[in-house]
Amino acid sequence: MTETLIKLDDVTKTYPGTDVPAVANLNLEINRGEILVLVGPSGCGKSTTLRLINRMIEPSSGRIMFDGDDVTHVNADELRRRMGYVIQQIGLFPHRTIAENISTVPKLLGWDKQRTAERVDELLETVGMEPGIYRDRYPKELSGGQAQRVGVARALGADPEVLLMDEPFGAIDPITRDRLQNEFLRLQDELKKTIVFVTHDIDEAIKMGDRIAILREQSVIAQHDTPEAILAGPADKFVEDFLGSGATLKGLNLLRASEVELDDVTTVRAPTSRHEVMQAIEAASSPWILYLDESGAPKRWLDRRSLDEVNSIDQAGKEVRVTVEPEDTLRDALEKMLQSAVGTACVVDPTGAYRGVVRVETLVEIIDRLQREEQARQEAR
Amino acid sequence: MTVATKVGEQSSSSPLAEKLRGNIELYVTPAFFFLLATTVAVVWIYADFDAQTASMLEPSKLIRETRQHINLTFWSTLLVLTIAVPLGIFLTRPRFRRLSGPVLSVANAGQAVPAYGLLVLLLTVRPPGAITAIIGLTVYAMLPVLRNTMVGLDQVDQAVIEAGRGMGLSKRQALFAIELPLAVPVILAGVRTALVINVGTAALAFLIGGGGLGVTINAGLKLQRDTGVFIAGALVALLALLIDFVAASVERGLRPKGL
Repeated sequence: MTETLIKLDDVTKTYPGTDVPAVANLNLEINRGEILVLVGPSGCGKSTTLRLINRMIEPSSGRIMFDGDDVTHVNADELRRRMGYVIQQIGLFPHRTIAENISTVPKLLGWDKQRTAERVDELLETVGMEPGIYRDRYPKELSGGQAQRVGVARALGADPEVLLMDEPFGAIDPITRDRLQNEFLRLQDELKKTIVFVTHDIDEAIKMGDRIAILREQSVIAQHDTPEAILAGPADKFVEDFLGSGATLKGLNLLRASEVELDDVTTVRAPTSRHEVMQAIEAASSPWILYLDESGAPKRWLDRRSLDEVNSIDQAGKEVRVTVEPEDTLRDALEKMLQSAVGTACVVDPTGAYRGVVRVETLVEIIDRLQREEQARQEAR
Repeated sequence: MTVATKVGEQSSSSPLAEKLRGNIELYVTPAFFFLLATTVAVVWIYADFDAQTASMLEPSKLIRETRQHINLTFWSTLLVLTIAVPLGIFLTRPRFRRLSGPVLSVANAGQAVPAYGLLVLLLTVRPPGAITAIIGLTVYAMLPVLRNTMVGLDQVDQAVIEAGRGMGLSKRQALFAIELPLAVPVILAGVRTALVINVGTAALAFLIGGGGLGVTINAGLKLQRDTGVFIAGALVALLALLIDFVAASVERGLRPKGL
């Protein structure tokens, strides 16, 4: 199954006028269908490495193999049309509509109108944007998160086998970034693209990567392995320092909300009456119960006192501000828990409907376990 | 990815201020135009023309001079466009960028010389006539278009070009599909400036036998006929306002949507 799709063979890039190469003798294999994350401190050459793959930067020496062919000297423009490309600044064409943006590569490849239009609508739906609403809009009418979704849709335009992503979620606020990461992971489950993903954020790397290549200066690979293996056994001091303290906390990045046993709390679902809510609170084993709206999405935490203060249930108690999606890592869940009024994070399914909760106690147990494992490893060494 | 994004998530630009600004531009110029045109009409009807003034302001002569004036402006601006826009593109390509400094200083010098001097200097190398005048006007109005073409291309967001190139647009495709369309507003602003400069400077074309409304203005000044000076001068101004208005409308129409 693990078949190499892209191979960098002893690739070196030295910029004119400098003696020190930006990328030195890099050998890297990227397997079909995996997300490979290139991560490292700034200036380590990870972006340069990514741009060597689609030859936005021409290598000074070495070979680039793609799907068994040497592509070091083929027409670079044609090569790029076979690889989706997403950058941090997104770079949507401001004078083109969303549909025109997404159809950039299909148009370059000479697709007919009908096929292109169908593809645009399909892609907009894939990234969760209603084609009827967004097709004919211009990029300036989009929020940052929407623009990045369109950026991904555009990169997928002609269904390339490969996606190259250079800090794609780097310029987006944490909450939207988290949601985009989750959406992207769900998308990748269906698409099974081969993805090279550059980031400087080790937490993002652990969350997104099937495998991670940790790079040091001149794109020298310090360690290239699965996130689990890297966390369990950092190859050297550099990797250890880069992972930083709190390896246990990093371990929380490996577990997803969908993988832990969810707890249940008493819920009431709109439409409901004050009386029913009171009864539910009386009967509940915990002080707080969860109020869901008609669609089943968690809305507010209610306790005995909250109904005394206000008349409407819609304003009583504490608002549920953030929810955890199944793809969220336990670290994401922990952060959201800290923002929650009641120290409990609501887990919702992709439609936003309530699935269960993760309690602080559950996380403490897991952290305990991880710490014991960590200690055992260190003693074994 | 079933979570549909809300419409409310979109960034709301405030189009009101923009619209107001645009509208003022659309109304003020015509207002001035009609004010001035009315004044000209009133003067024309009520002023006493002596024989000199009457022959100076003979309608068929004025029409001929206006036509010459428009021709001078049109051909010189067209020449400016065909030279300055490609030159601007050429000078913003990485390979030739180091030439941009010297070329800009030459263009600067062209405009630094007073128009009067430039036209007369041309007589040392060319015979008098409309073509020599057009050459002079072309040199004189080159700078704004050249500079705006370069600025317009330089201010295009590098990330947009990078994204385009990264998707497989060739250099040429990126230039025509991304860079030039996004530079159009700035380039057109330069063209509009050039047009207005040329309408004004064409009034000096008579100095080297280029014709135009400058002929009548000059005659009026020499013979001290203020009415003649006023009418011919006002015609130049009306022409400038009209051309500026047309250029503004074209600019508006050609500006890419979504900017």
